[in-house]
Amino acid sequence: MREYLLGNVAIAKGILEAGAGVISGYPGTPSSEIIDTLAPLAKEHKIHVEWSVNEKVALEVAIGASWTNTRSVATMKHVGLNVAADPFMTLPYLGVKGGLVVISADDPFCHSSQNEQDSRRYAQFARIPCFDPADPQEARDMILRAFQISEKFGVPVMLRPTTRVSHARSDVEVGPAQIRFQDPHFEKDPAHRVALPVHVRPLHSELLDKQEAIEEALAQEPWNKMDIKGDVGVIASGISGLYAQEAIAELEADISLLRIGTCPPPRKMMGQFLKMVRQVIVIEEMDPVIEEVVEMVAREENPNVEILGKKSGHVPSVGELDPLQVRMFIADMIERPEAKNASTLDDAATKILPPRPPALCPGCSHRATYYAMREAFGKEAIFPNDIGCYTMGVQMGTVDTCLCMGASITIASGIRFGGEERGICCVLGDSTFLHGGMPGLLNSAYNKARITIAVLDNSTTAMTGHQPHPGTGRSACGDCVVPVSIEEIATTLGAGFVETIDPCDLEATIDVFKKAKDYDGLSVVVAKHPCVITALKSGVRYKPLKVNEEKCVGCKKCVNFGCPAIEFDGQTAKINALCSGCGVCAQICPHDAMEVTE
Amino acid sequence: MKTSQCDVVVVGVGGQGVVLISDIIGQAALKANLSVRGAETHGMAQRGGSVVNHIRVGCEYSAMVSPGEADVLLALEPAEALRYAKFLSPKGVALINVQPVLPVTVTTGAAEYPDLKDILEPLKQMGIEIKTMNATELAKKAGHPQAANVVMLGALSKYLPIKERLLMEALSETVPPKFLDINKQAFELGKFEVE
Repeated sequence: MREYLLGNVAIAKGILEAGAGVISGYPGTPSSEIIDTLAPLAKEHKIHVEWSVNEKVALEVAIGASWTNTRSVATMKHVGLNVAADPFMTLPYLGVKGGLVVISADDPFCHSSQNEQDSRRYAQFARIPCFDPADPQEARDMILRAFQISEKFGVPVMLRPTTRVSHARSDVEVGPAQIRFQDPHFEKDPAHRVALPVHVRPLHSELLDKQEAIEEALAQEPWNKMDIKGDVGVIASGISGLYAQEAIAELEADISLLRIGTCPPPRKMMGQFLKMVRQVIVIEEMDPVIEEVVEMVAREENPNVEILGKKSGHVPSVGELDPLQVRMFIADMIERPEAKNASTLDDAATKILPPRPPALCPGCSHRATYYAMREAFGKEAIFPNDIGCYTMGVQMGTVDTCLCMGASITIASGIRFGGEERGICCVLGDSTFLHGGMPGLLNSAYNKARITIAVLDNSTTAMTGHQPHPGTGRSACGDCVVPVSIEEIATTLGAGFVETIDPCDLEATIDVFKKAKDYDGLSVVVAKHPCVITALKSGVRYKPLKVNEEKCVGCKKCVNFGCPAIEFDGQTAKINALCSGCGVCAQICPHDAMEVTE
Repeated sequence: MKTSQCDVVVVGVGGQGVVLISDIIGQAALKANLSVRGAETHGMAQRGGSVVNHIRVGCEYSAMVSPGEADVLLALEPAEALRYAKFLSPKGVALINVQPVLPVTVTTGAAEYPDLKDILEPLKQMGIEIKTMNATELAKKAGHPQAANVVMLGALSKYLPIKERLLMEALSETVPPKFLDINKQAFELGKFEVE
């Protein structure tokens, strides 16, 4: 059956085809749509699909399922794998029973991420096989194979799509879903399930001993293939292989191509390839993972081959590649200058354009919280921030740090212990708090950090596409659960001051922030207001506002609030069609010029 | 060798319904038995930021259109047309909705939104074919301003290697039934603009 599918949806279909029984993950661009796709299908297919509270938890759930002989998957974005690194690194020693696939979606160019680490390094580090798909079809095909390889060698396998695979669409051939709980049973086997020193010492050797066989098996995979057409060659992995194939077709040149889809890559094939070329360019995004192997193999098989790549400065190590860049790398190598960008646009012409950065939505309550926070703490206070939509508050001057999930709280406490005397109010969202914020709160309370923590609770994981979490009262599959209370968690973990406010009531919010600031200890403010997008989707409508031009004096206080629904025509403020009717600007206006439309 | 029958770059602002256009084209291409590729903007950039989607009809390579090679630039917003004009081939066509959407940098007074003629001038100098329309106004005429994306799809339909009947089928299967009449009307109005 052929369908037009998003890469992540193709992966989800592959998971169903493979008959996996447990799929867990934490949302993160570009990985989120895998579980978004599977969750509504879980009941029909009798599988367990969950949004876990973080990636470490997700992987451990998948490991438990695998040890029960059920095929399982843990999904995450690349930086999520850092959170899951603890179980990830030891699991290959202990091994798997049911096939286990870790999907770590990389984001070259940081389209929606805080770094562009290369997950293939993690696969190398843990000594597990990694599949590097070039497009949605390969991603779907590879996931089926990944389960088989995982079971054959008793190790977890990584599937590493990138943004341009996960968020590409393509016509994809998919098959029917399978239901296969193959004899679920946890077998007691302490030597392979209990990571005691006495057990893991021999297991480390066993893992190393498997490597040769794993490499030989991966070398046979259809995504490793070569086409010899001349003594100049390209070795390219993942999506770069597809770019290279297109470039060679466009150039109509006799260039040999070795495409690589696995890590470790096929050394023997690489050796044969290198013997047949005098010059080769290695093209891959981010780290020189394949290039390093090419160098090693070349030393043995053809020391005279000239290798171009990242080390020679021909291929960048940062950002993402695109078909034009790849074509130009190859064209430069064969000295074909006509293969350049054909655009006739004068580049300088775009300088007249205003930047259009992403911004908090019109009516987003985070903007109101930031306004109140700044009023209460003053601009000189320190505002450590976290990972979520609210990081976009950097335009309001209320985001001083952002590092990784949950780090707002711990960095805030470190700033205080480091000797900073000014006010410190750190900010994180509800989902981020439940993911990685709780240990930081506990630690700050335990070690007596005098800081304020603002939890911006919009009752969803907004940035990644509105996934539920334990605070929402809903599971991934839509089951009702008792929502956990962030306030009660904060109190239990040791916060001495915990107050909840609706940030759209500005005066009350400023008042609560002032009290929190003056509190001599750890204070928590929960700013609770539904995400404006989910509210709209569930049918919540407020009457938009309008400006009474007779009252407006053009002071721009509302304009500086930064809501995209408020414009300035040179004389007075204007409210455009984006207004969601939150009413916060009416509370900011000193002249009562904002009125609700009738 | 040309590696794609038709390369389209669709640009606009998060929330304008850029993804819907590529979805309909993809479904229609499938009906026409053509291989198709698309690339989308998700995540952070969607929040009111500028978005760019690539669609390649009759292509078996990657989803990414190279700068200087798009057959059509479909712009739901004029400033975004210029921002991504680099994708157009010298023989390409730009279909542009002239209704601006002001970015937050402009509403807060940090930057200025240029005049339409200043936006179009560099495009004219590229020597490409340009067709402008107020898709937002046409969509209002059809019944809802949000259907501007489908107005633009109607305009684009003249340039795609896919039969209009298949695009209409895909449209009917994609939009909610209660908005189908508005969308069909929007499609027709867009098509009329380029005739």
